[in-house]
Amino acid sequence: MERLLHLTTVLSVLLMALVLFSVRRSHIRVEYSVSWLAAAVILLVLSRSSFALNWIARQLGLADPPLALMLLVFCVFVIVIYRLSVVISDLKDANIAIAQRLAIVEFQLQNRNEE
Amino acid sequence: MKPARGPEELLILIPAFNETGAIAGVIQEVQRVAPQAPILVVDDASTDGTDQAARRAGAYVLRLPYHLGLGGGVQAGYKLAYELGYEYVIRVDGDGQHDPKYIPVLLATLRETGCHMVIGSRFQNGDGDYTNSIRALGIWFFRLVLRPILGKPVHDPTSGFVGVNRQALRVFTGSFPLEYPEIEALVVLQRKRFRFQEVPCRMRPRKTGRSTITAVKSLYYIFHVLLGVFINVLKFEGRRKKDLGREKDLRRE
Repeated sequence: MERLLHLTTVLSVLLMALVLFSVRRSHIRVEYSVSWLAAAVILLVLSRSSFALNWIARQLGLADPPLALMLLVFCVFVIVIYRLSVVISDLKDANIAIAQRLAIVEFQLQNRNEE
Repeated sequence: MKPARGPEELLILIPAFNETGAIAGVIQEVQRVAPQAPILVVDDASTDGTDQAARRAGAYVLRLPYHLGLGGGVQAGYKLAYELGYEYVIRVDGDGQHDPKYIPVLLATLRETGCHMVIGSRFQNGDGDYTNSIRALGIWFFRLVLRPILGKPVHDPTSGFVGVNRQALRVFTGSFPLEYPEIEALVVLQRKRFRFQEVPCRMRPRKTGRSTITAVKSLYYIFHVLLGVFINVLKFEGRRKKDLGREKDLRRE
């Protein structure tokens, strides 16, 4: 149990550092770093607060707090990935619309030049 | 390419991706059948010079900056046709499978019946060939699925040999499926209470290249399209209920 909690703490701190580093290097935009940072903070708090973890395990009806931690980790990352899927879908739609518009504008410009 | 000159003007749309071996022949055949109609080839970022071959054959070419897939390409052509004021657009595939001699039949059906979409159907007379058994199974399956949704039978829901009028064109400029668009497009139109009609025609073997839908991809195709169909049904039903609710509120006021 303790080892798992320590490992989660280390991983959440690493995740936070990686995200902040990536934002600083402009690899991730600030608005998309929020969900990752929120996920890292949630994991950090849960891994450091046995009271909170035990309380959540009791609410979920789980006898084993590490199981509750794993379940929460899973849920947090599912939410983050879902949010990214929404963002990617929006971006793809926008990208296709821009590509189509670009092709049409190029076509009309070329037509005008030929006339 | 100039804006449509009159209210009855027809545009022939040919989506193509790496069809350099067939595109010129298709364009020449279309020119013989419909000499007045401008031909627009939508080149989906081909790497084999399809755009140049199409230009040499006398077509206008709308070249996409990167590969968007069939739906994205067709929609780009629909958008341009709509902006230029065309009343009818008939889509002919660039691989030579669609025989242009049926273009006048499709156009006459659009004009005379007032339907919004006309489909060149391989199977309406029951003599069409299936390319493989999985595809045959897929077509049979979608006929069953679409029958209650569309409210009437459709014999060839996967045919890309289609003509649309300006009203359908307007709908498709805003919403058009990106992958495997034929079946979903039918559902989109039906949800708008638009009508479609099938006319029998024969398809030919493709002149060059191979179909992108292989036997294995057919299974993915079935799943993908089925999901798209039901999402469209749910989406439009949701909107319809909202509209009905708004109408009731207005009546109460």
